[in-house]
Amino acid sequence: MDIELRNIHKRFGTVHANNDISVVFPAGRITGILGENGAGKSTLMKILSGYQPADTGDILVDGNASRFSSPEDAIQEGIGMLQQDPLDVGAFTTLENFVYGRPERVLPDWQAARKDLEEASAHLGFDLEAETPVERMSIALRQQLEIVRLLALGVKALILDEPTTGISAEQKQTLFAALQQLAHRDGVIILLVSHKLEDVITLCDKVVVLRDGRRIGEEDMPAPGETDPVTLEKIKSQLVHLMFGQELGPHVRLEVPLDKVVLQLENLNLRDRRLQIENLNLSLRQGEVVGLAGLDNSGQGLTMRAICGLESVSSGRVLLEGEDMTNRSYRSFLHRGVVFGAAGRLEEGLIAGLTLTEHMALVRSGRAVLDWPALESYTSESLKHYDVRGEAEDRIEQLSGGNQQRVLMALLPANPQLLILEQPTRGLDVESARWIWQQLLERREGGTAILFSSAELDELVAYSDRILVFHAGRVHEVSDVASTTIDELGYLIGGEFKQV
Amino acid sequence: MLLPVLLSLLLAALLVLAVGREPQEVLEKIWQGAFRNTRSFAGVLNFWIPLTLASVGLFVTFRAGLWNIGIEGQILAGAIFASAGALTFDFPPELAPLQLLLQILLGVLGGMVWAGITGALKIWLGVNEIFGGMALNALAGVWGIYLISGPWYPEGGSAQQSRPFLENALYPPLSRDWPVGLLAIVMTAVAMVLVPLIMARTRWGLQLKATGSNPRSALLLGVPTTRVAMSAFLVCGALAGIAGSYRVMFTYGSFRPLVAGGIGFLGLLVVLLSTMKPLWIPLITFVFSAILAGSTRLRVSLQLDSSLAGVLQGTLVLVFILFQGLRQRLEARRGDQAGDVSQASASSQSGLTG
Amino acid sequence: MNVEFLNTLASVVANATPLVIASIGETITERAGVINLSLNGSLIVTAMAGFIAARVISFGVDVDAIDMIASAEAGLIGGVVVAMLVGALVALIIALSSIELRLDQVTVGFILTLLMADLAQFLGQEYTRIPGPVVPKWPVPLLQDLPLLGPVFFQQNVLVYLSYVLVIGLWFWLFRTRPGMAHRAIGERPEAAYARGTNVNRLRYVYVVLGGALVGVAGGAYSLHFKPGLSNPPAMQGDGWIALAIVIFGGWHPFRVVVGAWLFAALRAVSSDIQKNGLAVLGQTIEFNFVLLNGLPWLMLIVTLLLVSSGAIERLLLLLPGPVQRRMRSVLRSDPPRAIGTTFEVD
Repeated sequence: MDIELRNIHKRFGTVHANNDISVVFPAGRITGILGENGAGKSTLMKILSGYQPADTGDILVDGNASRFSSPEDAIQEGIGMLQQDPLDVGAFTTLENFVYGRPERVLPDWQAARKDLEEASAHLGFDLEAETPVERMSIALRQQLEIVRLLALGVKALILDEPTTGISAEQKQTLFAALQQLAHRDGVIILLVSHKLEDVITLCDKVVVLRDGRRIGEEDMPAPGETDPVTLEKIKSQLVHLMFGQELGPHVRLEVPLDKVVLQLENLNLRDRRLQIENLNLSLRQGEVVGLAGLDNSGQGLTMRAICGLESVSSGRVLLEGEDMTNRSYRSFLHRGVVFGAAGRLEEGLIAGLTLTEHMALVRSGRAVLDWPALESYTSESLKHYDVRGEAEDRIEQLSGGNQQRVLMALLPANPQLLILEQPTRGLDVESARWIWQQLLERREGGTAILFSSAELDELVAYSDRILVFHAGRVHEVSDVASTTIDELGYLIGGEFKQV
Repeated sequence: MLLPVLLSLLLAALLVLAVGREPQEVLEKIWQGAFRNTRSFAGVLNFWIPLTLASVGLFVTFRAGLWNIGIEGQILAGAIFASAGALTFDFPPELAPLQLLLQILLGVLGGMVWAGITGALKIWLGVNEIFGGMALNALAGVWGIYLISGPWYPEGGSAQQSRPFLENALYPPLSRDWPVGLLAIVMTAVAMVLVPLIMARTRWGLQLKATGSNPRSALLLGVPTTRVAMSAFLVCGALAGIAGSYRVMFTYGSFRPLVAGGIGFLGLLVVLLSTMKPLWIPLITFVFSAILAGSTRLRVSLQLDSSLAGVLQGTLVLVFILFQGLRQRLEARRGDQAGDVSQASASSQSGLTG
Repeated sequence: MNVEFLNTLASVVANATPLVIASIGETITERAGVINLSLNGSLIVTAMAGFIAARVISFGVDVDAIDMIASAEAGLIGGVVVAMLVGALVALIIALSSIELRLDQVTVGFILTLLMADLAQFLGQEYTRIPGPVVPKWPVPLLQDLPLLGPVFFQQNVLVYLSYVLVIGLWFWLFRTRPGMAHRAIGERPEAAYARGTNVNRLRYVYVVLGGALVGVAGGAYSLHFKPGLSNPPAMQGDGWIALAIVIFGGWHPFRVVVGAWLFAALRAVSSDIQKNGLAVLGQTIEFNFVLLNGLPWLMLIVTLLLVSSGAIERLLLLLPGPVQRRMRSVLRSDPPRAIGTTFEVD
């Protein structure tokens, strides 16, 4: 089977998400779809897999024009998509998820299904256990389940949307090995949507680059096992050029003199429903930036929230400038200049339905009776200063993600002691992410200490003075970030502490 | 707004026809029951006072994102506390105003205690306020029945109500032709103006709104969310307590277990109908009170159950909410279609140029 | 085992039946991701509709008639069918307003619960406190002779047997069949259901209406079996709220739901026994005002919800040995269906 897309257009309001995209995906090949956030990759793949209709344009499967009005239609035609957050049902077991969606009778043949699941899993070198509830499984295992499930439905073209986000180096190897097998042995079309150069270069046979909704170019990748650093660097810089239209300069790290200790964790023990963190010790100085690395739900979130009173501490102490703040409320931390920023902006941080002025009034007004005109003009000024595209009377949900993040910056106190930020640049394009870091580093120069988590290893390496790697509640400190490679970090994240 | 009103009137008329009565006659009787003379008009006001107090209180809890179904029990608890005062105190005539004030304050306390329990269950123990409130409504009812069948059992009477309160335990009526408590009208008027003003102009009001819209974010923006939610419960409980005290200290002059009589639930409907615009509240409560007061005589005059009032009010709110949903959907769909048109034209353009 | 005790157990099972049927109906609805908060009003209005239909079929429209014009069976069947239809109709309003109009399910459910109670009182006024047909006992052949189980479970009427079938049937449906998986999936993660070709909103209509129809049967069970006839205030005042709480206590699992309903019925049996025979502990009679006992079910409602919210029930799981843990997982899981109260739209 091969697939061709012809002149695909898709618009959302004023955004032309896919602008006349034509591309061919031949059988048995792994094609990378590379581009920045917002380049139109996900939209194109959703059109191909039946989640969204294209405005105009054709999808040809083996030369026949096809129209999908649902993902089920696409699967019938042999095209299946693995979403970034796999579309499974958390309350189901692996086997139930595998069976649900198969053309079974009212009473499914559970024995046969279990056999199919186990065989398909073994065939790809996966390790899926039929009775495990999906809500207890890592992203990597859920991806494996979804791949096995789609293939069992007869899918001959498999689309993977950013599959390497949130999985460890080792899990990535397993995944890539399986994908190579599928393409080169079984003749499946594999499409890998990614914004990570390393991934597409390692895995893909060919890469299609999108930018601003257009197909910018196409490059053949070196054979697997190509190790010549000069060749690899050349390909990389070509791809970067295609993605951004320009070369990106390296980050420049400013050395900031570290001053007195702001935060100290002493033998901290934390626990939630899923994991337990024991004996965590850390001291953080003024102007220091510490990054927290690890897969989702490995303990970074729990740690950051416990440090500022949003989760409870089982034992141990949290000291802020020497004062014992263990298990105090978030508000008492806030009073001492400790601010937490959560990953989901509109869920945690901003309030849909409130205007920008109202947001400002919540954090700035010290008086019981509000002076709305004064607050409004203060907000307008602040918006100008932070270059927010929006008016003071706009409701926050009317702004784009990047502008919401800017508003959050505007809402921060002028000189916080400590910023605790959960994935501060998640979902932002490169430019917005750089702007955010510029803001953060300015505050750092003013003496603010920063603790942040990220799923992006290059972000961690670029900005951290030290990195704490979390794996299933265990913590490993990397103090010499300058001489650490991204690969080493990847292994640590996967839990292989011994290799380092 | 007009269409839902007409439609719900039509539905109610059909119901009246279904039980074999003339809708016009029923409407006339309700009108007469409410407005035939000053005394009947005072009857309307006697519903309006507690209903408005409760609705203003519920405006506060709704703003904080809370479904204070427990208001019925809060009114009852206010009535119980105020009655306890009325049955205990017997101040000399020159101190009668002091006694009145004390009883009202007891009523406030009762409402706040009952609301505070609901709030504590919700905020610290994770029991949804709808279920906690419903249970506390029933518990207040059981307590009320216990009181009149035990401690407050009237000598020689039946256990339908407590012994009647003494004269100095009651709100003084405005006049013989206007049997309504002036002090209560003043308190209601103050509440209905002051509360919306506070909500719009103070940090507390903004914090309530923030907590109601998204408590997680509000907490991160420095709002003391538990304190704010609790304060909303307590304010609503206090207003409900005044409402309850008025019911026993004026309307009945004694304690009865059914003293809340669905006024709290009706208040919830009022706030839903007001779409959180507080200026509408006193108007809606006035119309609802007129229907309530007017239909109390239906049983006598037409052998019709007074629940017709509830049917009419419920239908009105349901139809109104459905209409509102329909209008929003139609607007959204129209927006989509407009978007589709512009999309289609734009893509055909780019098809030409590209 | 003494006969009196078995009789008490049998009456607990019988009296729990309307609660069981209503909670199972609500479980079906909530498993599909929709809350029908109108339960209390729905029970009252369907009890009214079911009773009047049964009465009219069996005795004619004259409220003073004492001669039957048709068999009691015809009246009972007609009554239950009408109650079902009314329950389904109320649920349909909730489904429409939630799925088509995106209205808040709690708001619409609450308005309906008030409106339906008033409507029942208004339309039922002529039919209060008059006799009507009552569902007769029908012991199951063979099963009724089982020791212990027979007298408790199988010397009851058809509605009670229906409740057994519903509990076991719903469990089998949800956890063993393919359509049952789709039923759970639309309440847990509608996007995943959609990706697998399930028509989320159509199925939600089906289950909301089906759940409402069962609530209607429960309403009929009150006025035709548990507390025959109509009264003012309604005999089951408040039971709808208790049934809603039982669904939460039951962790949306039919087996736990039925245990919850039986617990409440048992508590009522105990308190009515005390009201009748007094309370004696260690030979000492204890004197107090028995009116207070009426508060017990409501206290228990709060306590059961506390048990769930504190995670105490799920913590039980950790005490069990591994293989048992695995088997008990679906029963002891207290999480609500994740998509409950939300709307689903294909974008």
